[in-house]
Amino acid sequence: MENSIFDKKSRLSDKVLYSLIQLCTLFSVVLLVVIIGYICYRGIPDFSFSYLINTPSIINDTIGILPNIINTLYMIVLTLLIACPIGIGGAIYLNEYATNKKFVSVISFTTEVLAGIPSIIYGLFGMLFFGGVLKLSYSILTGALTLAIMILPIISRNTQVALEAVPKSYREAALGIGATKWYMIRTVLLPSAIPGILTGIILSMGRIIAESAALLFTAGSAHILPVGLFDHLFMSGGTLTIELYLCMSEGNFQEAFVIAFILIIIVLALNFTAKWISKKFDVNKVV
Amino acid sequence: MSIKIQAKDLNLYYGEKHALKNVNLDIEENKITAFIGPSGCGKSTFLKTLNRMNDYVKNIKITGNVSLDEEDIYDSRVDTTILRKKVGMVFQQPNPFPMSIYDNVAYGPRIHGIKNKKQLDEIVEKSLKAAALYDEVADRLHTSALGLSGGQQQRLCIARCLAVEPDVILLDEPTSALDPISTLKIEELLMELKEKYTIAIVTHNMQQASRIADYTAFFLVGEMVEYGKTKDLFSLPKDKRTEDYITGRFG
Repeated sequence: MENSIFDKKSRLSDKVLYSLIQLCTLFSVVLLVVIIGYICYRGIPDFSFSYLINTPSIINDTIGILPNIINTLYMIVLTLLIACPIGIGGAIYLNEYATNKKFVSVISFTTEVLAGIPSIIYGLFGMLFFGGVLKLSYSILTGALTLAIMILPIISRNTQVALEAVPKSYREAALGIGATKWYMIRTVLLPSAIPGILTGIILSMGRIIAESAALLFTAGSAHILPVGLFDHLFMSGGTLTIELYLCMSEGNFQEAFVIAFILIIIVLALNFTAKWISKKFDVNKVV
Repeated sequence: MSIKIQAKDLNLYYGEKHALKNVNLDIEENKITAFIGPSGCGKSTFLKTLNRMNDYVKNIKITGNVSLDEEDIYDSRVDTTILRKKVGMVFQQPNPFPMSIYDNVAYGPRIHGIKNKKQLDEIVEKSLKAAALYDEVADRLHTSALGLSGGQQQRLCIARCLAVEPDVILLDEPTSALDPISTLKIEELLMELKEKYTIAIVTHNMQQASRIADYTAFFLVGEMVEYGKTKDLFSLPKDKRTEDYITGRFG
């Protein structure tokens, strides 16, 4: 019989394309594995726990990155404390309250532009404005303010997307029963949007940990242990990434790889946490 | 026999579009009033004007007035929270919140300041019973409402609406997304509820209107063409357009 449905044709172009995209996937996976593998291979032999809990000191003849770990934590917490309220609040306003479409699109465009600016430019601005004009000089606060501007678009964009994804029917239901707009946002919208908002925050944490260019001339590179919780904000302090950069520029690759190894662990841990949190807080799933 | 809601010379514009044209309609207390008509005729728009759900639509203009117990609901002094406590709404798509069944029903009372756990328990149970859902969910009040079937979800939405003890319940095609058995359950429920509440329902299903409604209004391109007792409207329509519609000549 002619034209039977059993005349399976072999389509060459399909096969070629199929193999190509498979190859692409394979390539990106292999690349990741190779990089992580190489860093572990170079980093693990020199890694020791004493390294995590010591301060670099010529007098005591110790090396260690405890101050950098503490600085990194400071940087993450402080930056998020500054950027989250502004970013999330702004997104709520743009999505739920602003009525002027043109205004919203101008703001959205500005946010996108902000997200695309090279981080060294934020560093330049931060150094001159927060460091110079506001006289905060080289300090963790200067660094955090600078990074806050940098991650603002990530947080606000993710919040906006998360809010947009909340079905209109939830809003109608809440308003229809007499909820005020703010009550509706607080009790229905934000809980539904939380996984998306958290994703934005965790992505931002990744950016904060990874950042070096914007911090080098704002937070500086000091590695001293804090003496007081708040005093430390006004002190210069280098994060892990800055320390890694310094090690590389001194040709100290041994230490650089140990720090790289620690950073990779932190970043992986963050990613898994992000996944876990998004699942855990997803109110839209049926248990 | 008393009038609960009265619309007088009501006009509504979406931008340039004249969506409701001079609608005059009285809704009677403790009766079911149905609004029928083809898609886009303005019946849902009209329903939404009754508890000001149109407030959130941009470029909307409303003239004329709507009164609830002889108070103008479009007066600038009106608190929409209180208005919507009195005039609740159930939507076409069942829209429970992504919360537990209990929290869904308790949502309204909580808005209006009820925090006492025991009081809330009572309201939740009473409302779920009134919505003929209690027996089906009694053992899983604290599981997600999204796990219920479509029909159960819609009855939950009715329970959520009842929980704030409204005077009037507006229903916007509440059964169009449901199967025939769920639809029947909801119709039976509405027949019971009219003892205590005033009900206005939009439906595209003429049989539904004839089964449950005491009064029916027929809408066509923004105009309220005919309004009367349901059996009169279906047996002896006065207007040619009503007759054409109910006999299935268009729509």
